[in-house]
Amino acid sequence: MDWTALILSLRLAGWTVIILLPVSVMMGRFLAYHRFRGKGLVEALVMLPLVLPPTVFGFYLLVAFGRNSPVGELWQSLFGHQLVFSFQGLVVASIIFNLPFAILPAQRGFQAIPVEVREAASCCGMSPLRSLWKVELPLAWPGVVTAMVLTFAHTLGEFGIVLMVGGSIPGETKTIAIAIYDRVQAFDDRAAATMSAVLVAIAVSTIGITFWLSSRVGRRLG
Amino acid sequence: MALELMARAAAPIPLEVAFRVEPGELLALVGHSGSGKTTLLRTVAGLWRPEVARVRVDGRTWLDTAARVDLPVHRRRVGIVFQNYALFPHMTAAQNVMAAMDAPDPSEAARILDLVNLHGLADRRPGQLSGGQQQRVALARALARRPRALLLDEPFSAVDRATRERLHGEIVALRAHLAMPVVLVTHDVNEAQLLADRIVVIEKGRVVRAGTTAEVMADPDALRAMGIREVAVMLPATLAEHLPDGLSRLDSAGGPLFLPQVEGAPGTHLRVRIMAHEVILSRARPEGLSAQNILAGRVARIVEGQGPAVMVHVAVGEDEILARITRRAADQLALRPGDAVHAILKTMSVARDHVTRAPQAARTAG
Repeated sequence: MDWTALILSLRLAGWTVIILLPVSVMMGRFLAYHRFRGKGLVEALVMLPLVLPPTVFGFYLLVAFGRNSPVGELWQSLFGHQLVFSFQGLVVASIIFNLPFAILPAQRGFQAIPVEVREAASCCGMSPLRSLWKVELPLAWPGVVTAMVLTFAHTLGEFGIVLMVGGSIPGETKTIAIAIYDRVQAFDDRAAATMSAVLVAIAVSTIGITFWLSSRVGRRLG
Repeated sequence: MALELMARAAAPIPLEVAFRVEPGELLALVGHSGSGKTTLLRTVAGLWRPEVARVRVDGRTWLDTAARVDLPVHRRRVGIVFQNYALFPHMTAAQNVMAAMDAPDPSEAARILDLVNLHGLADRRPGQLSGGQQQRVALARALARRPRALLLDEPFSAVDRATRERLHGEIVALRAHLAMPVVLVTHDVNEAQLLADRIVVIEKGRVVRAGTTAEVMADPDALRAMGIREVAVMLPATLAEHLPDGLSRLDSAGGPLFLPQVEGAPGTHLRVRIMAHEVILSRARPEGLSAQNILAGRVARIVEGQGPAVMVHVAVGEDEILARITRRAADQLALRPGDAVHAILKTMSVARDHVTRAPQAARTAG
């Protein structure tokens, strides 16, 4: 059992969730409420990581964040090390490929709020921020939490992109999914089995929570 | 401290409307669905902005497209009751009311809920309330905002008839507490006549008629725009007694009226909606007639309209009722202004929801 890899994976998933939570709320809310030209395109772009092979996605991120890219150079000059093959690089990649999981369920949660209820909140004198806090989040939270649970679980299991962008540096980029692969390559089936079982347990509880929350979306609106 | 609105727009529907509502006055915007009346209400609230518009309430400019003033919705002191109430489903009735207060105060919320007859239901969620109760919570929430303008968007359309009648009565009683301009959007002419001081008839985004309720309801052109043929007046009367045969006797300036059981205590001041096409005129006081209600009056004037009918305005004391009869009948009776006539009305032609408490009486009582 590679505890370092598990803890690294949990850290990665934790940071991804923390950074994506406001993105999930803001983007999900925006896409739920507004109709504009090019909305279909924006939604398609958000969906892209769902359909693109992770290795392909990872390859492009590697090119975009690499030593010779503008982003890579800027990172190097700011922090003194390169973005790819680092924990920060993994977090950035993780944020991007989790966008569909973070945004779509939240969007569904906000969409379930009748427009008159939001208008009533404004007419009650609530500023947009207060309306979000007092009315919209209390009604849309199952969608937002579902988004975060999915993001967390998905990050733990991601393999292709992590390998492409992060490599397999112990304690830096070697996540539990990579560690399992690593153990299997070394014919250490016992360790691979233990770690796989841990991921199975996490996945099962994730699905349980998600289904339970999904059944609550819209129920309070009834 | 009035509400003034001017709005002009080309889309989604062509709109060119201006009106003014005085403090304490209830103005009904009447028109078909799609006539633009709800759009006007939304303009006042700030939920919609026409191309050219000006909204001034209580001396403050909420919207002036020419001066680029557009106060956001939450900064306008407006109370609005939506058609389907739009209550916050996760909050109790009391929390819904407090959500509209600047400083949430449970005792004030309880006071307002009492005002709309929701005593004891403060802890219920909207899902646990009936349609009529939800409507009252919505009204309480709108009042809790301490609005400078109260807007009612078809507020009675989603409840059953019995509840609607009761709510109408409650609104009339509540008017004593309402010092701000009130705008009611409705397609129900009866409702407008029962509740409004003035009526603005909107058709295809334009005002076709504006005036006091009595003026508009006596104008055949305005009524045609509202899609109704039935002209009616509100005749003031006082509830005299409940009779054992299920009728109630009311006293009016033209004599007693017998109507199907009216709710209320004897002495209550009421208004009875009398349909012009239900009224028969007779020069002599008729005898041997099944109709119970014979009101004595004088012909005030006769208004010719299109078609074979004329409208006879009959002065009954200080009040007036209308009779829609054929020109042929008017000629045969040789009716002239000043002639004494008797207006005959079938008891059963006055529907129960056509009797309401008089707002003046409610004001002195409140």
